Amino acid sequence: MLQKKKKSILENWMKNQLVYEGLREDLISNDELRIQSEKLIDALVANLSADGINDLDSEKWSPVIEILGGISITRARQGFSPRETGNFIFTLKEALLLVLQEEIKDDPKTLYEESLKISRLMDNLSIVTFETFIKGREEVILRQTDEIAEISTPVIRVWEGILALPIIGTLDSARTQIVMENLLQEIVNTRSSIAILDISGVPAVDSLVAQHLIKTVSATRLMGADCIISGIRPEIAQTIVHLGIDLSSITTKASLASALAYAFKSMKLEVRRANTVQKL
Amino acid sequence: MILSLSKDAIEIIKEQDVVLFRNRLKETAIRIKMSLVNQTRLITAASELVRNMLRYANGGMCLIEIVTRGRDNGIRLTFTDKGPGIPDIALAMRDGYSTGKSLGMGLPGSKRLVNEFEIKSQAGEGTMVIILKWSHG
Repeated sequence: MLQKKKKSILENWMKNQLVYEGLREDLISNDELRIQSEKLIDALVANLSADGINDLDSEKWSPVIEILGGISITRARQGFSPRETGNFIFTLKEALLLVLQEEIKDDPKTLYEESLKISRLMDNLSIVTFETFIKGREEVILRQTDEIAEISTPVIRVWEGILALPIIGTLDSARTQIVMENLLQEIVNTRSSIAILDISGVPAVDSLVAQHLIKTVSATRLMGADCIISGIRPEIAQTIVHLGIDLSSITTKASLASALAYAFKSMKLEVRRANTVQKL
Repeated sequence: MILSLSKDAIEIIKEQDVVLFRNRLKETAIRIKMSLVNQTRLITAASELVRNMLRYANGGMCLIEIVTRGRDNGIRLTFTDKGPGIPDIALAMRDGYSTGKSLGMGLPGSKRLVNEFEIKSQAGEGTMVIILKWSHG
């Protein structure tokens, strides 16, 4: 019965979707929306039969779920809000119910039963929509986490034999591991003899962070390189002293500039202002 | 006479919660105009205690309170967990003692960083630590 009414369901649905004020014409064009909707209805109606309606796990529904999942994931990536995505499926439910109402006007009992079935089906489909929508979002978050981990631990070669490693954000065990690996590898690759760990961007230095720093410094020393910790702010210096952490075995400097100056000195390099202006 | 002005409870379950908690604490400290040094001390002490909670008790609750004693405002933090508890508090408060592989500075260090420090623990039932830091002092 619903198969015959496919056309009118689609029309109703499109109307509903277009009426909805939150329609994002900036994110999706009407034509595209129509194609998406048509595809879903085709799959839905083709699989709509009396016996399978209650069992969403059955294989018959997998094409519908696939299409729906695809749409939800694309929407999550395009930046739709959950409400807008949910609305997509809820307006379809309304359209279906409207058609049912017109068709079975005279028999309230059948109308009620059929509506209930459709409701249940559409509710299940909305759950699928949300699950995939959230999964789509989570993928975005996961990708960003990876990106952050990647960009947050750069090793910079500031001079022949001098590496600088600005640390930004909290230094937890996982970060320390990445930092240490990158640093040690880079020491080998560039044959550097001095590494500067800059902690200006670390919001708080507690005993665990200090322990991680000490470990990193020890590891660098084992590689035969010297490690300087720079960027110790006044309030952090006071806190470390009160905490009772002994960092006296490590060379520490207040700023990256003074750490660099120290590194130059220990490499017997000198930076001077040139007397004559040279052409660059 | 110490009055509590506002309360804010945060649940600590995973390591990422520590960052969230620290940011919330920082906001609160800025709101009562705590000096930068005291902010850092309080946040560091809190960070030690939260890490202890995560490490030994698999997480717990933290209550952030703004307290006042007349003209001076401060922040009181209450950490409660349902972990194994500390059998010997005097030993745990000693510098350099740790049952884990840490520096053993967490508890004694955070006591030195704050104005008031109170610890209660019942073996097998859990631990409660209350710290208080005045905005000037």
